[in-house]
Amino acid sequence: MNMTDMTAVQLSAAIRAGETTAVEATEAVLARIEEEDKKYNCYVTVDREGALARAKEVQAQIEAGDLVGPLAGVPVALKDNLCTQGLLTTCSSKILHNFVPTYTAEAVRNLIRAGAVILGKTNMDEFAMGSTTETSAFGPTKNPRNAEHVPGGSSGGSAAAVAAGECVYAIGSDTGGSIRQPASYCGVVGMKPTYGTVSRYGLIAYGSSLDQIGPLTKDVTDCAAVLEVLASHDEKDSTSVTRDDTDFTSALTEDVEGLRIGVPNDYLGEGLDEEVKTAVLQAAEVLEKKGAMVERFDLSLVEYAIPAYYTIAAAEASSNLERFDGVKYGYRTEEYAGLHNMYKKSRSEGFGEEVKRRIMLGSFVLSSGYYDAYYLKALKVKALIKKAFDEAFAKYDIILGPVAPTTAPKLGESLADPIRMYLGDIYTIAVNLAGLPGISVPCGQDSKGLPIGLQMIGDCFQEKKLIRAAYTYELCQKKR
Amino acid sequence: MANVISDETIEYVGILAKLELSDQEKEQAKSDMGRMLDYIDKLGELDTADVEPMSHVFPVQNVFREDVVSNGDDRERLLSNAPQEKDGMFMAPRTFD
Repeated sequence: MNMTDMTAVQLSAAIRAGETTAVEATEAVLARIEEEDKKYNCYVTVDREGALARAKEVQAQIEAGDLVGPLAGVPVALKDNLCTQGLLTTCSSKILHNFVPTYTAEAVRNLIRAGAVILGKTNMDEFAMGSTTETSAFGPTKNPRNAEHVPGGSSGGSAAAVAAGECVYAIGSDTGGSIRQPASYCGVVGMKPTYGTVSRYGLIAYGSSLDQIGPLTKDVTDCAAVLEVLASHDEKDSTSVTRDDTDFTSALTEDVEGLRIGVPNDYLGEGLDEEVKTAVLQAAEVLEKKGAMVERFDLSLVEYAIPAYYTIAAAEASSNLERFDGVKYGYRTEEYAGLHNMYKKSRSEGFGEEVKRRIMLGSFVLSSGYYDAYYLKALKVKALIKKAFDEAFAKYDIILGPVAPTTAPKLGESLADPIRMYLGDIYTIAVNLAGLPGISVPCGQDSKGLPIGLQMIGDCFQEKKLIRAAYTYELCQKKR
Repeated sequence: MANVISDETIEYVGILAKLELSDQEKEQAKSDMGRMLDYIDKLGELDTADVEPMSHVFPVQNVFREDVVSNGDDRERLLSNAPQEKDGMFMAPRTFD
C-alpha cells in the first residue's frame, strides 16, 4: 500500500478498516516530506512530533469507535495564514516570523473535530499577496510537476504539497484566485466556496470581504468531503452564513443531464494561451457529450474586474495590516527613537515589497480627497459585476472557462512587472468580488507537460452543481 | 503616465501607511503607484451615477450577540508573543516626556 498516493477518503477508509493506522500514514507522509521538501520548499513549518502524537491519539479514537468520518486519521497541511494554537504561524512574513497563536482558526477546529492530523504549515505569498509564492520571506516554493516553474499562489505551498504527496490534502485561502490558480498550475483540485460558507475566524485577514478558506485535494471526492467538514456557521465571524445544504458529498454523482453551461467569450479572447484554450473547450465538449447544454455567451465587464479588485483588496489590506505595529506580537526593529519611529521602522523592515506596495495603494485610495474617485467607484463597479453574474446565472447553472491564461510561468519571471502579474488573475478575480463559488479541476497538460486547469463557477450557494459537474468530468477523464 | 505622484503625496501616503521609505524606495513607489492608478482609471469608463456601492455581497446587517465573556484568561500566552513586556503588560516606547 503506497499511502502517499492515496486520496484522503481512500486512506481514511483503509485506516478504519484496520489495513493501516493513522500513525503509519503520518509516518509515511513525514518520510515523503523529509525526502522531497528540500527540492520544493512547500512547508514553512513541519510539526513532526505534534503530528505523530496527534496520530496516536486519533488512532485510539478511531479504534474506540469515536471517530467515524471520512477524514479521520488523515494527515493535512495548512496554509500558514491559518492560526494554530501553539504552532508557529508566519503568513510567510518576517513581521510574523516568531508568532505563535493563542487560538486555532474555526475551520481548522472543524478539521480537528473530524480527526485530522496536522502536519505543518505551508509556504505562501507574503500575507497572500501574490500569484507565484515568490513573495514569501522564506524563499519560493517550486512546482513539483516541473521544479523550474512556480507552483502559483498565493496558496502555492498547499497546492505543491498535495502534488508532491507531501500531505494527503491541504487547506488554502482564496482572495482573488489563490486556491484555484495554484491548483491549476500544480494539477490538483481546488475550490473556493461561496463567501460566508467557511468561518474566517483565525484566518489572518488580507481582503476581508473577499477572503474564503477552501480545500486543495487530489480529486473531486476529497474536495467535497473536506468542504463538508470545513463549512459551518460561526458566531465569531459576523459574515458567516447559516446553510443547511452543506452535505456536499451527496453531490458526488455522475449526472450532468440538462445542466446549462455558459462559456463566456470574454474568457477565451486575447491573452489566452492556445493550448489552454483547446484543453478547456475539449472539457466543455466532454460535459456536452454527457448531456449538458453548452453555449457561448458574453459575460461583459470582465476587463473591469482587475482594477476594481486591486482597489478594494488594497484598501482592505491597508486597514487589516495596521495591527502589525511591533507592540503586541511579531517583529520589532532593534533601534528606534520614540513610538512612531518604532512603528514605522518595524513595519518597513518587517513587510516585503509587494505587501508595502499594496498597503500604500490602499492607504491612498482610502484617503480623503481620493476615497470617492477610487474606493467608492470600485465598490460601484463591484455591484455592476455582481449584476452581470446574476444575469448570466438566470440563463446558466455553471460558467465554464480557464483558471488562468497560461500554465505555470518559470521562477523569477513574474515579479518584475506587477501589473502584468495582476492580469494573470483575470478569470478568477471576479468570482471573489461577486462572492461566488468556483472550482479548479485538472484538464490536461500543455506541450511542456505543465498542468492546465478548468474553472467552473456557480451562483451563490450552488457548490453542489459544481461538484456534480466536476465529478462527472473527472470520471470521464479516468475512463479515457 | 497620466498619474504623476508628487513627493508630497508619497510623504503623505507614508504617514498614513506608517511606512518609512528610503529615497530609492520612494521613487519606485511613485512610479508603481502612478502606473497602478493609470490602470485603475479604467473604471472611469463606466457610468456608475445611479449605482449603489456594494461593500458586501449578501445583505448581512449588524450581527449581535449577548455580551457574555466566553474566552478564558489568556494573558500569559498573549504576552509571550510581545516583543517587550513588563508587569503583565505590553511595553511600548515612551510616547511623551
